[in-house]
Amino acid sequence: MSTLTEVESVVIRFSGDSGDGIQLTGTQFSSTSAMMGNDITTFPNYPAEIRAPKGTVAGVSGFQINFGSREIFTPGDEADMLVAFNPAALKVNLKDLKKGGTILLNEDAFSDSKITKAGYEQNPLHSGELDGYQLIPVPMDSQTAAALKEIDLDNKSKKRCKNFYALGMTYFFYHREMQTTLNWIEHKFSDKPELLKANQTAMKAGAHFAETLETIVSTYKVSKVHAKPGKYRQINGNASTAWGFIRASQAANLPLFLGSYPITPASDILHELSKYKEFGVKTFQAEDEIAAICASIGAGLAGSLAITTSSGPGIALKGEAMGLAVSYEMPLVIVNVQRGGPSTGLPTKTEQSDLFQALYGRSGDSPLIIVAASRPNDCFHMAYEASRLALEHMTPVMLLTDGYVANGTEPWKIPNVDIEYANIKHKMLNPENVDKENWSWIKRDPDTLVRDWAIPGMEGLEHRIGGLEKDYETGNVSYDPENHQKMCEARQKKVEKAANNIPLQELEGDESGDLLVISWGGTYGSVEMAVRTLQKEGKKISLIHLRYINPMPKNIASIIKNFKKVIVPELNMGQMVHIINAKFACDALSYTKVKGLPFKISELKEVFENTLEEA
Amino acid sequence: MSTNNDLKYTKKEFTSSEEIKWCPGCGDYAIFSAIQSAMTKIGKKREDIVCVSGIGCSSRLPYYLNTYGYHTIHGRAAAVASGIKTANPELSVWVMTGDGDSLSIGGNHFIHVLRRNVDMNIVLFNNQIYGLTKGQYSPTSVQGQVTKSSPYGSLDRPFSPAKLAFGASATFIARTLDTNTAHMQEVMLEAEEHRGTSFIEVYQNCVIFNDGCHSDYTDKKSRNDHSIMLKQGEAMIFGSELKKGIIFDKMRLKVVELGDKYSEKDCLVHDRENEGLASLLVAMDANPTMPKLYGVIYAVKDVIYNEQVSAQLAEVKALKGEGDFNKLLNSGEVWEVKV
Repeated sequence: MSTLTEVESVVIRFSGDSGDGIQLTGTQFSSTSAMMGNDITTFPNYPAEIRAPKGTVAGVSGFQINFGSREIFTPGDEADMLVAFNPAALKVNLKDLKKGGTILLNEDAFSDSKITKAGYEQNPLHSGELDGYQLIPVPMDSQTAAALKEIDLDNKSKKRCKNFYALGMTYFFYHREMQTTLNWIEHKFSDKPELLKANQTAMKAGAHFAETLETIVSTYKVSKVHAKPGKYRQINGNASTAWGFIRASQAANLPLFLGSYPITPASDILHELSKYKEFGVKTFQAEDEIAAICASIGAGLAGSLAITTSSGPGIALKGEAMGLAVSYEMPLVIVNVQRGGPSTGLPTKTEQSDLFQALYGRSGDSPLIIVAASRPNDCFHMAYEASRLALEHMTPVMLLTDGYVANGTEPWKIPNVDIEYANIKHKMLNPENVDKENWSWIKRDPDTLVRDWAIPGMEGLEHRIGGLEKDYETGNVSYDPENHQKMCEARQKKVEKAANNIPLQELEGDESGDLLVISWGGTYGSVEMAVRTLQKEGKKISLIHLRYINPMPKNIASIIKNFKKVIVPELNMGQMVHIINAKFACDALSYTKVKGLPFKISELKEVFENTLEEA
Repeated sequence: MSTNNDLKYTKKEFTSSEEIKWCPGCGDYAIFSAIQSAMTKIGKKREDIVCVSGIGCSSRLPYYLNTYGYHTIHGRAAAVASGIKTANPELSVWVMTGDGDSLSIGGNHFIHVLRRNVDMNIVLFNNQIYGLTKGQYSPTSVQGQVTKSSPYGSLDRPFSPAKLAFGASATFIARTLDTNTAHMQEVMLEAEEHRGTSFIEVYQNCVIFNDGCHSDYTDKKSRNDHSIMLKQGEAMIFGSELKKGIIFDKMRLKVVELGDKYSEKDCLVHDRENEGLASLLVAMDANPTMPKLYGVIYAVKDVIYNEQVSAQLAEVKALKGEGDFNKLLNSGEVWEVKV
């Protein structure tokens, strides 16, 4: 007998060889779920190698999706269902499956050689190690081949349709409507009618086959989320970042220029922006990271909203040029999509370990503004904010995201950009309004210490800027000791004064209590859920999640003082906690993890509980 | 392009308020003077000229030139200039650089700007030494040169800048010398005329750390016997009495005495658009038995990066229409949550 269960949220992980189309399968599932009104969060997890040896644990690619009828903040700690296309996928992912969870696996892939290749000594289907899980072995290769018997395609191409066969099965289990994906296939393969037919047929066959299993599998129904009314779409973090910049360029009425060099996990911002030439976006794929930022500096000097995108190792290469932009006091946005380090480190895994690099990774006293995005759809807002601050304060700004936020997808309530993201007041001069006789390029606004922006082409405002220290009044080269002191202080204060132009810190929870959690950047989803759960249990715990890192909002000290303890969870060896203690001397505790993976809600909940219990 | 031949500037109008700090007797003064003179003749408004440099003695020049000027970081001028020109193709962009700046630390940007053919002029001051760091051998120093960092003689094989530029697909390669202001000016005007990256190597004397390194072929007394002033369509003959010439013999260039055996008619005729000839000419400066070449060695038309960028933008706009952000936000799958 079938059982139809209504649940709040479900986590599914698709897993197989990196050539099995896992990311595609997962994306289709999440698109459909979002279209059906569920809240979703996704987490693609793939190897650094494009096609690592087939069938080995090194080549396993995964895509996890959490969808539900309540607000979803993370891709989920443990999976309810694991879809494993081969033994290696089972071996890698079993530890993340909930006890008693369901395993849908491709039985055809469990040959002796493939089992050995995955590192199993005996067949896991018979060894007993899967006892306690609900196992659904399906001969997906042969079933797909049988379903596609009538179609005029070679066997290899037919076999590659098995991801849609499996997807069809999961659609049945979770009551997904197939039409969105069928339409997608139609569009994707419009010029390859045989492949179009094959993938659609495979998908329907999978769904029909799942129906015949109904007697043994519980099927789940997930209701619609009660979201705020409005129009929604899906967006992933890197696309959201790219769109934020396009909107900022419109709001500032300046052309957008991106200088970039390909690097995981930041390249998708370059890919995305290179699509939008109709918005006047110029993308320059440079010969290296240094040329990428230098070309952006050039474009910024010439009057563009200039940005450069990279990840940790590339940011290290850009360090000297960032110092130049600090010294030029010019607008420039540098995006660091953080990944595991040091060095090449873990290119496809997430980490927050470039905070110190962002703050200090340049020669001399070289302050710049730093902001960080908290979740995929927040990248839009923070990319816009980074641009706004750069243009309004004539300074480089670094936007920190990370591999987890950059690759994650979630629904996004489409903002009214004509009201909320409409006006950036940059500092570019109108040469007609300038008293040219008494003008100096370095003249500062006495309140903000921000200089004017004069660009080539403006008559009578020709000037020279260099990396050498500049005279405070004339802007000419100066080696004067007093002047250098004054200039260093001015650059520092200018950045500090940007605190007057950012929102105050929001506090989630009561204004006083036993424990204040201070988190920042891409960990928001798990931290928020852990804190919210404990609040519901009556614990006196509150959260401030930082998105403005340097300068920080002005009210942080006044929030901290009302809590007995402070804890800073972060995905590094303890960087933000160092800053918090240095700035606020509050003896903040630290919880850190550097495994290339995001925090789990359960893990944080336990840490916060223990901290609350300790006297 | 905002070219206007009615613009009348004096040389002095291209002098900034910065105090010049090159060593007395430095070749840079003559180059600076030639650049200022050239600027009065290129027909560009002063505010439309941008001078970009890296680090080194040569790279102080933008401070002294009264245009928009950017003194950047070591080796990166070509990259910054590429961004400036791509962002605003209306500007006349000049890069001032040296043998250390562009051939050592900035080698990558040097070859890639030439490959892309971004419309700008690169003036490379070649003094075969690191001057500003006080006398270490550079990538153009001759092998065996004794310097502060090579007390027993340098072991490095030197680059030939023109040959490197040719290998990097340069579309304009010229050479000039700091002892001939008129020639420098002439070459600079040709460079500005050329559309694409124009590369000019200037033999420049460092009076302190490498004095006389080019004197055989730059000093007035000796240079006629050791160099050829290339002229389009003219035979390659040289020498104080014009008695020497270059012929093509057994796939090689050869210096011959003109007289009984050879006449001017046997000598090669310069054709700056001939790629095969250019491949031989750019290799000459590495051969000590050959004269040095001055003038435009190679100049061809090819696609220009910044023009292509602008054209592609216009093409896509024509195809898709001006970008509409609200349309982008509502593209793809969008759903509505009702109250």
